[in-house]
Amino acid sequence: MSFVQKKGLTLFDWVNYILIALISLACIFPFFYVFSVSFTDPKTYVPLKFYLFPDSWSLESYRYILSTNSFLNALYSTLYITVFGTILNIVVSFTMAYGLTKRTMPGYKTIMGMVIFTLVFSAGIVPNYLLVKELGLLNSYWALIWTSLTNAWSLIVIKSFLDSLPGELEQAAKIDGASDMGVFLRIVIPLSKPAIATFTLFFAVMHWNTFFNALIYLSDSSKWTLQLFVKTLVIDGNSGAVAQAGSSDEAVVPQETIRMATIVLSMLPILLVYPFLQKHFAKGVMLGSVKG
Amino acid sequence: MKSANTVPSAVKPPNPTKVPAHGGLWARVKQHKTIYLLILPGLLFFILFKFVPMWGLLLSLMDFNPYLGFSGSEWVGFAHFQDLFNDPKFYIMLRNTFMINLIGLVFHFPVPILLALMLNEIRHEAFKRFNQSIVYLPHFLSWVVVASMTFFVLSADIGIVNKLIAESGGNTISFLSNPNYFWGLITAQVMWKEAGWGTIIFLAAMAGVDPSRYEAAVVDGASRFRQIWHVTLPAIRPTIVILLVLRLGNMMDTGFEQILLMMNPLVMSVAEVFDTYAYTFGILNGQISIGVAVGLFKGLVGLVLIVIANTVVKRMGYEGIY
Repeated sequence: MSFVQKKGLTLFDWVNYILIALISLACIFPFFYVFSVSFTDPKTYVPLKFYLFPDSWSLESYRYILSTNSFLNALYSTLYITVFGTILNIVVSFTMAYGLTKRTMPGYKTIMGMVIFTLVFSAGIVPNYLLVKELGLLNSYWALIWTSLTNAWSLIVIKSFLDSLPGELEQAAKIDGASDMGVFLRIVIPLSKPAIATFTLFFAVMHWNTFFNALIYLSDSSKWTLQLFVKTLVIDGNSGAVAQAGSSDEAVVPQETIRMATIVLSMLPILLVYPFLQKHFAKGVMLGSVKG
Repeated sequence: MKSANTVPSAVKPPNPTKVPAHGGLWARVKQHKTIYLLILPGLLFFILFKFVPMWGLLLSLMDFNPYLGFSGSEWVGFAHFQDLFNDPKFYIMLRNTFMINLIGLVFHFPVPILLALMLNEIRHEAFKRFNQSIVYLPHFLSWVVVASMTFFVLSADIGIVNKLIAESGGNTISFLSNPNYFWGLITAQVMWKEAGWGTIIFLAAMAGVDPSRYEAAVVDGASRFRQIWHVTLPAIRPTIVILLVLRLGNMMDTGFEQILLMMNPLVMSVAEVFDTYAYTFGILNGQISIGVAVGLFKGLVGLVLIVIANTVVKRMGYEGIY
């Protein structure tokens, strides 16, 4: 609205700017507080005292949590599921979505109908759990990977992206004698790099943040993911999660600073990729709003 | 959504991508063999992990005993559903689901719209982008992290709000264990996590408004509020209507991970919803048939609601979710 820019800030603008600043402050405050306490020197930390900034800074809580086996185990579980899960998500989603751009294929309507049906109805928690159990996947990382191999929403968004690619290139390659597979690998995939980047981030964040599936499929604490570890440590207040590491100086480091350091570590990768997330995801949301 | 919202569904143009079939069915199948190969892994996933579990819904008609298996367990017809509808707990779950959704609808639903209007009025691009970056951030956190942060901000003993109250000599407030606060707490959490992210779709619709319409409004002497009312709001009205109807279609859904994390024995009476009940009975207590029955009831009602919502959206001339 460049035409009003000549005037200075009006009262309307001031009120608006201040309100928005307050909203942003409310969004950022919990992050700030968790960071602040996690860097507090455990020796000077007083549990019931009100702090905004540490009296003295220290990395002691981080050093402690990074030395516990249970945390490192959980990190390994989460990394395993995120890496393998995301790779398979990308392969399965893009191959299937590309196939679904071929509307003349016999059976197209049936397959599309099946995909869309899953958007509006699901068998529910218990039947899904029983299937995983029957398949012998309980307490396996692959239970989480197989059960979220792709999903209707992602397929529809990727399909609408692939539909928007110029068809001429595909036709030209076909005329030059390229096979369907050749077209997919040499034309479609290179053109899809931005969408692949977006969905890599999307699927990775999904796996990183998964809580409920991990809760029901991974009951063995040696298989726990970071989310289960954080949940047990912080929300259940179960100090045993850390004590399993058998460290002797547990008494020295107060629970609260450790817990906050654990939260920071568990969201660190998300914060690191956030600039990319924000850029790509906003596009993804718009793409998704075309359908779904 | 944008391109389609002026085309009433009754007069949809014929599908331009429909190419006349070459030869017979078998010829077309053979012609697409590579395409089938590409679809196969995903299709197998849908069949195995989305459709095979639907056979499990039959367990709701049995007294399923894992030791006796499917063939050994007794068929009981709709007995579990009868029990469910006779159980006072059922009405508590129904009420909780309804209230959490209603409070969300009244208090959360308008927030992204208001926030988008406010962000849209920012005249300094850098300040706008900076605030957008901040308000989008919570969307990417897991519910475990959000629940943990809530704990550190609001819990009775170590929450910073209560530390502040205690230090200034007041009585601490048990935000997390008082049933009166639970629905409000759940809504506030959703608001904190998703309100910023929810603005994106509205901001995009606002960006499509022709600037000359604002100029015309200014010439007519419209104040900033009048400009918002007469120019910006009409531009996002279709988006609001569609999201509202679809939101009504999802009335059976409650943030399951969120409620599971925020639930504690003191707030059970206001926190129990169908999913948490199915989880507790079906998985933790091993009462599989009851868990399946509750899930099926929720799924079927949800299906009916979303189909109605989608039909309404389409009747209004917009593109629905399918």
